[in-house]
Amino acid sequence: MRPLLLLFSVIAVGLIFISRLFYLQVYNAPSENLFADNAIRKVFDYPKRGYIYDRNGKLLVSNQPSYDVMIIPREVEPLDTLEFCLLLKIDKAYFKKKYNKAYRYSPRLPSPFLSHLSKEDYAALQEKMRKFDGFYIQKRSLRDYRTPIGANVLGYIAEANPSQIKKNPYYRQGDLIGKQGIELSYEDELKGIKGIKFIQKDRFNRDIGPYKNGTRDTIPQQGKDITITIDSELQAYGEKLMQNKRGGIIAIEPATGEILSMISAPNYNPNLLVGRVRSKNFTKLYNDTISKPLFDRGLKAMYEPGSPFKTLIALAALQEGTIDPATTITCRGMYNYGGTKPMGCHCGNGNRDLLKGIAKSCNSYFADAFRKTIDMYPNAKEGMDVWSKHIKSFGLGNYLGYDLSIGDKGNIPDGDYYNKWYPDFRWGATTVISNAIGQGEVLVTPIQLANMTAAIANRGYFYTPHIIKKIEGQESIDKNFTIPKKTSIDSRHFEPVVQGLADVYKRGGTAAFLKVPGIEICGKTGTAENFTKINGKRVQLTDHSIFVAFAPKDNPKIAIAVFVENGYYGARWAGRISSLMIEKYLKGDVSLKYMEKLVLEKSLEEEYAKPYSGESFSINDGTKFNVIEIPTEQPTEDESGQE
Amino acid sequence: MSPDRNRNYNFDWISILIYILLVGFGWVNILSASHNGEVTSYFDINQPFGKQSIFIILSIVLIVLILSIEAKFYERFSSIIYILSIVSLVGLFLFGKTVSGATSWYGIGGFTIQPSEFAKVATSLAVAKYISDLQTNIKLFKDQVRLFAIICIPAILILLQNDAGSTIVYSAFFFVLYREGLPQLYLLVAVILILVSVLTLKFGILSAVLITATVILLSHFFGTKKRPSIFQPISIIILSIGLAFGVKFFYNSILQPHQQNRISLWLRLEKDQVKLEKMKKTILYNLNESEKAIGSGGFNGKGFMEGTRTTGKFVPEQHTDYIFSTVGEEWGFIGSALVVILFVLLILRILQRAELQKSQFSRVYGYAVASIFFIHFLINIGMVMGLIPTVGIPLPFLSYGGSGIFAYTLLLFIFIRLDSNRINEW
Repeated sequence: MRPLLLLFSVIAVGLIFISRLFYLQVYNAPSENLFADNAIRKVFDYPKRGYIYDRNGKLLVSNQPSYDVMIIPREVEPLDTLEFCLLLKIDKAYFKKKYNKAYRYSPRLPSPFLSHLSKEDYAALQEKMRKFDGFYIQKRSLRDYRTPIGANVLGYIAEANPSQIKKNPYYRQGDLIGKQGIELSYEDELKGIKGIKFIQKDRFNRDIGPYKNGTRDTIPQQGKDITITIDSELQAYGEKLMQNKRGGIIAIEPATGEILSMISAPNYNPNLLVGRVRSKNFTKLYNDTISKPLFDRGLKAMYEPGSPFKTLIALAALQEGTIDPATTITCRGMYNYGGTKPMGCHCGNGNRDLLKGIAKSCNSYFADAFRKTIDMYPNAKEGMDVWSKHIKSFGLGNYLGYDLSIGDKGNIPDGDYYNKWYPDFRWGATTVISNAIGQGEVLVTPIQLANMTAAIANRGYFYTPHIIKKIEGQESIDKNFTIPKKTSIDSRHFEPVVQGLADVYKRGGTAAFLKVPGIEICGKTGTAENFTKINGKRVQLTDHSIFVAFAPKDNPKIAIAVFVENGYYGARWAGRISSLMIEKYLKGDVSLKYMEKLVLEKSLEEEYAKPYSGESFSINDGTKFNVIEIPTEQPTEDESGQE
Repeated sequence: MSPDRNRNYNFDWISILIYILLVGFGWVNILSASHNGEVTSYFDINQPFGKQSIFIILSIVLIVLILSIEAKFYERFSSIIYILSIVSLVGLFLFGKTVSGATSWYGIGGFTIQPSEFAKVATSLAVAKYISDLQTNIKLFKDQVRLFAIICIPAILILLQNDAGSTIVYSAFFFVLYREGLPQLYLLVAVILILVSVLTLKFGILSAVLITATVILLSHFFGTKKRPSIFQPISIIILSIGLAFGVKFFYNSILQPHQQNRISLWLRLEKDQVKLEKMKKTILYNLNESEKAIGSGGFNGKGFMEGTRTTGKFVPEQHTDYIFSTVGEEWGFIGSALVVILFVLLILRILQRAELQKSQFSRVYGYAVASIFFIHFLINIGMVMGLIPTVGIPLPFLSYGGSGIFAYTLLLFIFIRLDSNRINEW
């Protein structure tokens, strides 16, 4: 028995040791990850971020070097803080604050201490840097915007925030990441891949040489250059036209869905958000809650479309066979549908067929067409569903799926929508008649309206609007952008509507004075009511000025939607801007100098100040009993001189 | 193999093979753990691995010497060897050199000699000699006292030189004495001692006594053997109470703070997380780093000279006491488990051969060798993996150190020599 004591002890200890080894090395083993190994220092080499070119090959965005002072708190040795602060041009409080912040993030990982040094500061600092243990200079590249335009399109880059770092371990504290616009959408293409050097450390944290002789090191991979669909000249021109105004312009090439320009006003110079001034300027822009320069109105602002929507009412009615181009009604200045108050019309009274209806934007005609379309079905829900399906096939009422920030859905009501509103189901075409003239429950964004215009220009299909043209010279973009989306309207129904839109520019049309010599434009004016709350009271503001157009009529090259907030009737601002943009794009030069001068000089700032100054709006001063559409007469009063 | 023909070559080749494997693997790891970049020569006298190369060559000379000496020599001269060894230990108080707190070395030229390593060999021979004496009866109290004296004199001298780790190794002789007939009572006392100490420190005096009393009473009433008087277990319980207070006093008043910390960490006594984190960075630094290094090796290990923590020398003393952390990092589970298995096989092999001896001297000596290797194996690897409190003793054959490798070679090969002579004995 006695010899067994040691024997069993040895075997037991052997088994315990092997179990412990198994626990440490197999069961509980940390994954073999050089990044988690604090015996290895990782030194990053940042690649060039991809350049951005416009559709004509003009360089819009390049890079400029920037130098960050980085800190590894654990390695900081006692230093001459006075000299250090003087060199960096900071005070001691900043030093303390940054040191503590970095220490809280991690004592052994690098954190940015002072970002974006100028070249001169860098030169002065570089020589003395070796004196300050725990600090080093990290070279990065910042964006250099070659033009002051397109801030809303190009977006900006900024330091990745903690949740982004957590989501994607590629990013480290202090790395730059696309936060908006192109920079965000094409971050993966633009960023390239960081190069890494692995350096073996000893336990005193000294470098003792490259890890495995540098065989695991990688060299940085440059970011890809991309070409976007924006025409920078058109974009610049549009931004100029929109000065002193608020609103958006979207121009699309109908044959491809490429976005030619995307203007949101007011705008800002993208260089404001680069480097050390970034956070100061960003706060300033962000806090401007009145003009909201960071709010991309082209994608995100939802408006009632107003009269341009009548084209879709006509197309749905034609498709459903409730009207044909020859259908005629007689307008007597109002449309009496049995409600408490008839719907007003300003088309100037008379017999209206489809073409005239569009050209004169006759409310009565489209209210009638809409009502007939809904009433064709046994109940209002069914009719509304069919109608809604037709409208949505133009990309309205849902996200379009373009390669920019997601934007907004807008709203196209269907049967269920009203069933919820009227729980007793007692509603019908006349209850929702406002939709017929693009008001009521219909909401669209400018880009949706531009896309709708492109679909009409193409006579029945569209390509999802997109901003990307080429990546590193390769035209292989997302398939979603190269497959045409068909609308539910047969192409034969488009011809009369297109003719009606062309007639808008002819004698008696609502945009007759906006003709551009030598170009046959198809367009449609629009105004939309809008309201705000002042001291808790609902107050109607001056209408938004809306215009959609495409040109030339045959084989169209550009489709455009323009919104000018509180610009009053459609032709006054949006219409003029459309004509100028179309001429600029198609001819390269503008002949309508007088019109250009007028648009550039007249400011709407006074209008925008009204809700704050308490001045009354002419629109609700009691002189008009309704405020739905103000088309032809007024434009001819004050603009006839130009004709 | 006929014993007649190969009389002088009847060595236990299995033990020798394991020895070669362990020493060779040890050298490979010392090279990895101690080189600083370029290795110009494997015999570079300024580097630990270079010195170890020379120690290994000298060990081979030593082995030839040990094996060529008549087996009877070791038994006959064991008393003289023991006395010389005691003298060398005493001499340390006069001429010793202090390294990291312990006065355990003689300095000769660029080399140092650590007599406490050799004292293990001398004590093993002396114990074997005394027990195998015809007049000795281990059941007698008088002989037990003398045996304890033989073991405790070097142990106490070493403790006085402030080398507590080496002193603990002498507990190995308990296994030897027990095998040779030390009364069961001692085993009982040893078990109670360990049980009461651990329980007292972990759960406090009251719980420790209650648990111990329950165990003793249960074994008393349900034991199969003839039941002794009830007074025996009761007196043991009373002694346990005294022991519990003694342990508490010893822990609080005799142990030095760093020793207290080691035990407190081992028994997870520290509950304050902040303090614990701080301890991990200071006194627990070695253990923390060695566990990390072993864990980072994973199943296959990072490969020879590829361990990032070994290369960065994150584990202090990684070529001596903490050599197993290098094995763990660079050779992974496969390599470390192999080392554990080789040690278990070697110890079992020695035990097996010891039991076969006709001469009691050879058997007792073999037992002593196996016990000493076992205690080293248990404490060193247990410490490096965080299973037992930190005690600074080397891992035989693998750790760097001249005195160490010579002493372990002597221990093992004297037994191999004795074993080869087995058939000539009566």
